[in-house]
Amino acid sequence: MQELDNDRLVWMFTQMLRIREFEERVKRTFEEHPGVIRGHTHLADGAEASIVGSLATLQPGDQLLATYRCHGYPITLGTDTKAIMAEIYGRKDGLCGGYGGSMHLADPGRGFLGTSGIVGQGIPQATGAAWGAQLRNQGQIVLGFFGDGASKQGAFHESLNLASLWKLPIVYVMENNGYNVATQSEQEDANAAAGEPLSVKAKAYSMPGVTVDGGDPVAVYEAVGAAGDRARAGDGPTLIESKVYRLSAHGNIIAPPGVPLHYPEHEAITVFGNREEYEAALRGDPVPRFRARLIEQGALEAGRADEIAQEVHDELDAAVQFALDSPYPEPEAAARVDYVYA
Amino acid sequence: MAREIPYIAAVQEAIRLEMERDDTVVFYGQDVAPSDEDPLVQAFGRNRVRVSPISETAEIGMAVGLALSGYRPIVELLMAEFMLVAMNQVVNEAPRLRYMSGGQVKVPAVFKAGYGFTAGWAGQHTGSIYGMFMGFPGLKIALPATPADAKGLMASAVRDDNPVCYLINYLLVLEHGDVPEGEYVVPFGEAAIRRTGSDVTIVATGWTVGRALAAAETLAGEGIQAEVIDPRTLNPLDTATILSSVEKTGRLVIVDQGTRHGGASAVIAAEVAEHGFGTLKAPIAQVTALDVTVPYSEPMEAYVLPNEEKIAGTVRQVLGEAPVAA
Repeated sequence: MQELDNDRLVWMFTQMLRIREFEERVKRTFEEHPGVIRGHTHLADGAEASIVGSLATLQPGDQLLATYRCHGYPITLGTDTKAIMAEIYGRKDGLCGGYGGSMHLADPGRGFLGTSGIVGQGIPQATGAAWGAQLRNQGQIVLGFFGDGASKQGAFHESLNLASLWKLPIVYVMENNGYNVATQSEQEDANAAAGEPLSVKAKAYSMPGVTVDGGDPVAVYEAVGAAGDRARAGDGPTLIESKVYRLSAHGNIIAPPGVPLHYPEHEAITVFGNREEYEAALRGDPVPRFRARLIEQGALEAGRADEIAQEVHDELDAAVQFALDSPYPEPEAAARVDYVYA
Repeated sequence: MAREIPYIAAVQEAIRLEMERDDTVVFYGQDVAPSDEDPLVQAFGRNRVRVSPISETAEIGMAVGLALSGYRPIVELLMAEFMLVAMNQVVNEAPRLRYMSGGQVKVPAVFKAGYGFTAGWAGQHTGSIYGMFMGFPGLKIALPATPADAKGLMASAVRDDNPVCYLINYLLVLEHGDVPEGEYVVPFGEAAIRRTGSDVTIVATGWTVGRALAAAETLAGEGIQAEVIDPRTLNPLDTATILSSVEKTGRLVIVDQGTRHGGASAVIAAEVAEHGFGTLKAPIAQVTALDVTVPYSEPMEAYVLPNEEKIAGTVRQVLGEAPVAA
């Protein structure tokens, strides 16, 4: 694991801002350009520090798989935000040509092998990719991202058992945002109900389990980095529970055509009537928290932070405009046999 | 040079040859080579040959991940029904990832399993469930009916850049047949004409190919010349060869061990009805398993399945002869 110098810290802050701004633009699209986004989107606002802290540990040849809440990973890896936004808008210039949409981003050239839209199902795929890394024997690792809800799936348990048994070079990063859609962890997780962290699940598979503040990108970097070092050394997998608070609802409302889509308020408010929980999370927002910290420790000047924010703002202006201007795919492109069969 | 070996040996030979020619081929599954003395372990080492726990979702999901990262896994799933435990990975992940990524990734994986073990294994281990897989574009299906095809279709399955369900019928595994030595590849999507004839076309799959050939011999004694076609793969399906045969004979009997509704037979019937209707002299007839769960007791099990008598009887009916009780 490399030391984080000031340039790297500022890079991490910049990526966090880019994810935040991107997700804000997705959300605003429902108001500003009704009908442009179809189906379901899931935002990573609140999880930026966890995503960036994790991906900052990657080395060339490493790979990752994630879930349908996937915009933040390719943004951090350097995928053009124009292509990602165009994909979410269903356009021809989209990252996946309009075949996948918000839930199914992939950029294999940057190590992002893809996602599953089904809870937990990307975990065994990440585990298989880790077997591939073990076979290559070049010190590469895989990061497998999933939510706390996925840890109730058989796919999670089967995969952790096998990865530990075979000492596969993988770090399982559970982004625990405290909710399965609208159900709180204590309602559906035995460990949570018993007052234990979800990382204790690692014990059942004889691997280290670590709980970390997912709002602190440096803490995440250190936890995932240490787990990655362990994996690279051939000592097997680690389960990281990264505690985050998503600042948007699970996703935009699901409705039949004709009903305008939008983001409702967070489930803490709409389901549990607990506005204070949500507002406390806003007060702890990881993005301004990290900005203040970098300025305080002299890694970043306030003026430079504002410039970065403006650059990110301009980048996303351009991404939205590009996506709006991009044509739709030709309908008959849906029948491309070479996309159905390699 | 060909020599006679059992079907199951032909499958194993193909796996060994593919592992020799391509370092990225890995083979694993439940009860695969638990002993370090296993010849495959001896030849290729524990990195590429592993025994896995009873975890179908992980086993198949890992195959998808291995394939995404550049490998060619063969997963031994033993019985086709065990795939149902991990259905999402088989039908909703493996065949869809390439399309959803806009052609950026490929998933070359072989899901190897037995099917149709109608030897008293009752309701949950005897199914011929491949018909449902035909509804998932991106997922190929191979049903080798002979030892030679068992070898040649496995070679194609491993080399294919897409997920393949490679399904062997357990009733065939000890049957002997001529199998070419060395590299032998049977391409997907090319039906085999197992017997030529001018009066009726019988399309039969997997284990029922042999039953159809036996029925054809009986019918030949009555002066009826049946052409027997084995599609060998259900996806891709060689409809051209089937249509061309029906054009010649004007009559079609489809034989399949799966159920009738939502099955392979129904798909083939629909293709011929749509594209070959003008060449038909009689309605298409299907000889399939009954639409019931396969029962345990032997006389009931036999009643449910296709057999030579049902095939011959149906052919006679299609040719306008007196109906024979099924």
